[in-house]
Amino acid sequence: MKELPAVFRVFAYLSLLTVGGGMAAFPEMKILTVEVHHWLTFPQLVHLYSVGQMAPGPNMMMIVSIGEWAAGILGAIVAVFAFFGPTSLLTLLVGRLWNRLVSWPWRNSIQDGLAPVSIGLLLAGCFTFARGAVTGFDTAAIAVGTLLILLRYKVNPALLVLAAAIIGVLSF
Amino acid sequence: MNEITNTSTTQMMPTSSPVASPATVLQIFLEFLLIGATSFGGGVVAYLRNGLITKRGWLDDKSFVELLSISQSLPGLNSTNMAILVGDKLRGLSGALAGIVGMCLPGGLLMFAVGMVYRQHGDHPLATAALKGVAAAAVGLILATAVQLGKKSLEHVADAVFVLATIIGVNRLHFSVLTVLLVVGIIATFWYRPGVERKRSASS
Repeated sequence: MKELPAVFRVFAYLSLLTVGGGMAAFPEMKILTVEVHHWLTFPQLVHLYSVGQMAPGPNMMMIVSIGEWAAGILGAIVAVFAFFGPTSLLTLLVGRLWNRLVSWPWRNSIQDGLAPVSIGLLLAGCFTFARGAVTGFDTAAIAVGTLLILLRYKVNPALLVLAAAIIGVLSF
Repeated sequence: MNEITNTSTTQMMPTSSPVASPATVLQIFLEFLLIGATSFGGGVVAYLRNGLITKRGWLDDKSFVELLSISQSLPGLNSTNMAILVGDKLRGLSGALAGIVGMCLPGGLLMFAVGMVYRQHGDHPLATAALKGVAAAAVGLILATAVQLGKKSLEHVADAVFVLATIIGVNRLHFSVLTVLLVVGIIATFWYRPGVERKRSASS
């Protein structure tokens, strides 16, 4: 119970960083949930995040698992409200003001400027994540293989992730 | 088809949205619940397009693209931001709530269960072996997303500089993501400031 305020603070803060996608917040998520609050270990965070990619719906619902670990079922609920509440409110307000913003010249500037930054944040998050996920030749081969297949063929990524799980078990 | 015309006559509630909409709050909730439960493998946008435009006819292509562009330029996940914007457009605040709750509920319940199972059995050797493969594949998946986004929106040398500056700021210099987002974001926005002939979103 005493962790609830921290769960709220952490996930509300992380949500504001998710520009261009959830991965942008990953480096900070690692620092706050693993190093500062010790709710889980880095390998556990990497595992939960990866499993979350296979789940349907928004790809960051693993915050539910972290919230539950930190503070039980209330922690799970608080994590969801903190992570989706503030950004949803902002989106609602901006959405309603959008018609007025259409003629605002800086709107295009912000969109153009944030495009490369959000790709940079995606990659920065990916490199942080990869430090926990790519640990040797075998995992590097799976990562590169997945990348090449996705760039070349139109496959449902969930199937590739599932295949990688099977490869993992078989090579065990 | 029939149910859509029927419900448009039954005004569920006084709506703050400007257009009278054929969708009820319940229908919005159920459609997003369905998308939230079936959109395996990321790419929720494709599922949204299929459900909202093709199947339900609640939006046309143009407003879908416009709402998506709002979603992408704000913090928050695309999928949940879209649920808010589409719900609000169709039925005001209650529509927005119905949309986001429906969107998050299936995956949230699933990850709640997964988290509990993983906490108890995650250190089982077979689970560790499978998760090792899953995590490695996730790296490839994220890189593929970055490549696809990059092809679409990186055009100038300056863009590459902003991408690199962001990565170095976070991974090498260990600034907080917020600091890097604000500093590089403001510099990049100023680089593409109004009146400077660099911009590419002239089409929008």
